[in-house]
Amino acid sequence: MYDTGKVIIGLAIFACIFLFPFLYSHGSAAPKPKPSLDTPAIKALPQKKCVEDTKFMITTHMQFLNNWRDQALRDGNRWYVNKEGKKVWISLQNTCLRCHSNKKEFCDKCHNYAGVDPYCWDCHYDPNGSKL
Amino acid sequence: MNMDRRKFLKAAGLTTLVGLGGKGVFELLKPGTVEAEMAHEGHEEGGQEKGSGPKVRWAMLIDIMALNQEKIEKIVHTCHHLHNVPNWGDPKNEIKWIWEDEYEHVFPDSYNEYNHILAGLPFLLMCNHCDNPPCVRVCPVQATFKRPDGIVAQDYHRCIGCRFCMAACPYGSRSFNWLDPRVSLRKEIAQGRKLNKRFPTRMRGVVEKCNFCVERLAEGKDPGCVEAAPDVMFYGNLADPNSNVRKILKERVSLRRKLELGTKPSVFYLI
Repeated sequence: MYDTGKVIIGLAIFACIFLFPFLYSHGSAAPKPKPSLDTPAIKALPQKKCVEDTKFMITTHMQFLNNWRDQALRDGNRWYVNKEGKKVWISLQNTCLRCHSNKKEFCDKCHNYAGVDPYCWDCHYDPNGSKL
Repeated sequence: MNMDRRKFLKAAGLTTLVGLGGKGVFELLKPGTVEAEMAHEGHEEGGQEKGSGPKVRWAMLIDIMALNQEKIEKIVHTCHHLHNVPNWGDPKNEIKWIWEDEYEHVFPDSYNEYNHILAGLPFLLMCNHCDNPPCVRVCPVQATFKRPDGIVAQDYHRCIGCRFCMAACPYGSRSFNWLDPRVSLRKEIAQGRKLNKRFPTRMRGVVEKCNFCVERLAEGKDPGCVEAAPDVMFYGNLADPNSNVRKILKERVSLRRKLELGTKPSVFYLI
């Protein structure tokens, strides 16, 4: 092999650069986010329960909200009947964010952690926030 | 394949005929079937049951004789406040849901320069929520669609901003968000404008227009413009022969814009 020395030095430099981010942030993983449920509206609830049960909401809220959107806007049916038979008014801004009046602590925390940028907030906004 | 020259020429001739004639050949061979199919498809597009018309057909009546500048400003302000419509202050980026224009622009087809009664009057323009909306026909993604109650709705989630609907609309009822509407809204809020926190904004790159206040109708409220000027704007069910709007239309002379285009607008101007 020609230029063995140079190649090995080059490889070593490459390995250092390549591994740097892994080594640098090793052991300092971002803590798992805990979305805050600490809002006056939720505190006032007799039973802390969302539209559906918590596990369902955590895993399926994306599809769930998509269905809500289509049902309200495309079909013009703004009432959602949950598994317990309770009627809920379909509205992200006026129903979801009425209880979850802390978008930054509730929605954004997980979304930022997961690196997702849902386009909901291009048009909808937190009615409790001071900034648009 | 075994085929003599005579058979080959027959087959070739028939193929050419179908190729050139298309629909007409089917008409020749089996009259009526194609037209029936097309009529059937067209019917489904309307989203209505055959025979029976829609049960609800929202219409808006605007009493031109009762309009004045003060009321126009109130109506436009109420509508644009309720829907967080930005005011760019620049006609190039203008977004409008309801706005004012003069007779010769509103009725260019029937403009009569000797008609001094209409010529001096202010007209309020909005989406006509046509029975046969050209914007719905051209939208490639079905972002704009006709609801069973006749309201032509716009789904901002689906809109790709191609602006075909704007080209198709003969009434200029649609506006395109060239810029992020929030930029203007933030500026206006700093100058004292209030946001309607029950309604979202739009984003850059979508087309918007009057939505007949569907969000308010769903809650059992009157449209914003009707609430702002109940003596000028009337809305009701055009499909019900005993409704308030039908009664008014029986008694008063009314105009509709560009009827010759066959869009069947559901906004009536009372004179």
